[in-house]
Amino acid sequence: MVGAACALYATRAGLRAVVVDRGPVGGGTTGAGEGNLLVSDKEPGPELELALLSGRLWAGLAAEPGVGESVEYEAKGGLVVASASEGLTALEGLAAAQRAAGVEAVPVAPDRLHDLEPYLAPGLAGGVLYPQDAQVMPALAAARLLRLARTAGARLRTGRPVTQVLRTASGAVRGVRTPHGDIHAPAVVNAAGTWGGEVAALAGVSLPVLPRRGFVLVTEPLPPRVRHKVYAADYVADVASDSAALQTSPVVEGTAAGPVLIGASRERIGFDRSFSLPVTRRLAAEATLLFPFLERVRALRAYQGFRPYLPDHLPAVGPDARVPGLFHACGHEGAGIGLATGTGHLIAQVLTDRAPDLDLTPFRPDRFPDTSPAFPGTSAAFPDTSPEEGP
Amino acid sequence: MTERPGLVVIGAGPAGLAATLAAAARGVRVTLVDAAPEAGGQFHRQPGAGLGARRTRALHHGWRTWERLRDGLAAHIAAGRVTHLADHHVWCVEGARGAFTAHALLGPGQEESVAVRADAVLLATGGYEKVLPFPGWTLPGVVTAGGAQAMLKGGLVLPGRTAVVAGTGPLLLPVAVGLADAGAKVAALVESADPRAFVRHARVLAAHPDKLAEGARYAARLARHRVGVHVRHTVVAAHGTGRLDAVTVAALDADGRVRDGSERRIPCDSLAVGHGMLPHTDLAETLGCRLDGTGVAVDDEQRTDVPGVWAAGETTGIGGAALSLAEGRIAGLSVAARLDSRAPEPGSYAEAAGARAGLREFFAVVDRVCAPPARWTERVGDDTQVCRCEEVSAAAVREAVDGLGAGDVRTVKLLTRAGMGWCQGRMCGPAVAGLTGCPPTPARRPFARPVPLGVLAREPDASP
Repeated sequence: MVGAACALYATRAGLRAVVVDRGPVGGGTTGAGEGNLLVSDKEPGPELELALLSGRLWAGLAAEPGVGESVEYEAKGGLVVASASEGLTALEGLAAAQRAAGVEAVPVAPDRLHDLEPYLAPGLAGGVLYPQDAQVMPALAAARLLRLARTAGARLRTGRPVTQVLRTASGAVRGVRTPHGDIHAPAVVNAAGTWGGEVAALAGVSLPVLPRRGFVLVTEPLPPRVRHKVYAADYVADVASDSAALQTSPVVEGTAAGPVLIGASRERIGFDRSFSLPVTRRLAAEATLLFPFLERVRALRAYQGFRPYLPDHLPAVGPDARVPGLFHACGHEGAGIGLATGTGHLIAQVLTDRAPDLDLTPFRPDRFPDTSPAFPGTSAAFPDTSPEEGP
Repeated sequence: MTERPGLVVIGAGPAGLAATLAAAARGVRVTLVDAAPEAGGQFHRQPGAGLGARRTRALHHGWRTWERLRDGLAAHIAAGRVTHLADHHVWCVEGARGAFTAHALLGPGQEESVAVRADAVLLATGGYEKVLPFPGWTLPGVVTAGGAQAMLKGGLVLPGRTAVVAGTGPLLLPVAVGLADAGAKVAALVESADPRAFVRHARVLAAHPDKLAEGARYAARLARHRVGVHVRHTVVAAHGTGRLDAVTVAALDADGRVRDGSERRIPCDSLAVGHGMLPHTDLAETLGCRLDGTGVAVDDEQRTDVPGVWAAGETTGIGGAALSLAEGRIAGLSVAARLDSRAPEPGSYAEAAGARAGLREFFAVVDRVCAPPARWTERVGDDTQVCRCEEVSAAAVREAVDGLGAGDVRTVKLLTRAGMGWCQGRMCGPAVAGLTGCPPTPARRPFARPVPLGVLAREPDASP
């Protein structure tokens, strides 16, 4: 998704772009995501600024002829609910800070929650409505944005792993090598998601991208009953958490196609692809507490993916000072779909030597100590992190 | 149940039954879990109670084998060595190394789940039919070959008065004979494979005179019923408004193209169509078992690569009831020995192993000869529905491949929703793979069947 957005904005900025992927379109984390375009789960700071910029860009793309429907863009809004008064206090505090940063965040009294979500459980303490939260179908979004980019002149090369980043004698990037031949370019953008660390290593620099596993449950198709993206206030704490242990917090949403998606678990266990019944059990338990009608609704499937994250939970966006011509656009963790447009836009700006709309200092790729990566599941060989099918 | 059973067997077809009998006879406590109301599987499917069936024997071959299995099971149940949980639909098996739990929804409502604990698991989940789409295949009146057979065996009903049986594979013969025996007019048997291709494998065939005799018996019975047999032919379209009333059949040339002018319309009100079978591997994959091609990979003792998990019968590869019996027996003997921390004595299963080797070789030949005809995807029109659950047309799949850069089944699925519906791609998987230009690969399905979230949410109780 991030690569597709980079290609689209770079092409529209007048550059000639070639998109190279080891697999098919949307084959990595994109295909395993829910398609969240969220501002609600972000604390004030650089990531929220990127989310606000991205949200505006998504809305702009969705307004282009045919694009909104084809990517299933839905400006449905998010509703964060708290079950107890302490949770509500914390939530309202966060909402106040977010409002100061430019987020629309509307407090919802407990007796008004059911006007917004008629099937929500009774007895909740209250919530906050975030009208700017939206959703797309991520694989379609990546494929359609790539198609827009191709229409504007970009080229797509799938099924081609990058095996080497080509450098000039002075060390500057001059392209990439694939088993199907070399592709020459004065700039290389690393938008490799969970493989971002490996691609950085091919260019001789370290970027500590780590995997954080998540499961999503998918129900049978239903008539629309869940209108917003609904989640519990604990979700924000889990997203920002540094814990390696399993965390789950319910995120429930309907989709244009009918199934309800239930997330979100977070675990740091490397690239473990084995199925975990206990994790999906917890997701089901929490979702049915929020929406009791789900008790009798059947889960058709569950899938997992690996979110690419960096230790400070901010993505790497921008030029790499260590290698001229190398740019990074990866490490967006679970927010890559939402943050893709802003990332692509900023990358296009720096590629064309314009001043970026946001200060890229917090996203500097070389902000981490330069050590050779030593984390689970990563080796010289590329790990197979292919997730299962998405929504 | 207070005592912990040693082995849980999932599936009460020939493989599961043979394994159950072999293990129980050697002192293993077995819980046999099966989705059907009666043991027997697809092969020995029994008519529903209350139908007053008397002539069921005529519908089954291997009746004596069935009697032996049925009586053996009854004796072990009576002696308390085997518990048979019928109408239990297993949706997930979890665990590792000597501590497994099979979760099963209780039929027919499937709203409650029970947990069965065991030291070892035998997966004998069988196979399911492979169906490839063609124009008109979604019309009422078009059924799968196995579906037609199940209707005959289980319900003693006919899918129609005038039938055409089409596709490829050894199932077509008994289906055509069964329909004719039961009183239907079988207007044609349409087989896309070329039987002359078997000649190239004469050595393998010569080793199986019983299989040749079986084929000859079916051919004689078809002749007696005056059923026209068309080899190297295929159904290119089914016709009808609201319901099937005819099919168009055409001859294929050596490259799989329809021969010009060979199309012929055959009136019929039912079409039984099948293109072979695929193994059920969902439970095995969730347990982490390695697959070999489309089936579960097993060693000489029918062990998977996950300690404590065995697999036998068509879940390891399609090969019919006799092969399933042999594999089931070997698995049962192996479980009994291994749960007792012994290796099974090779002599104890030498005979079954010999049968297994021969039958696997034979069905490898069948598999090669009875492959779907080349170029079948070219005959799937753009407006033909490929995925019925999600109503995805062939055009949408082609657009995802040609227009959006999908190069594999997973991406096609993501971009079109083909295979995301109720059947989770069991029906359309081979078709989508074919249209995408990829070999069919088993999809991962953590839930072998849809499970209510309320059931999933509950911690399982102790053994029922």
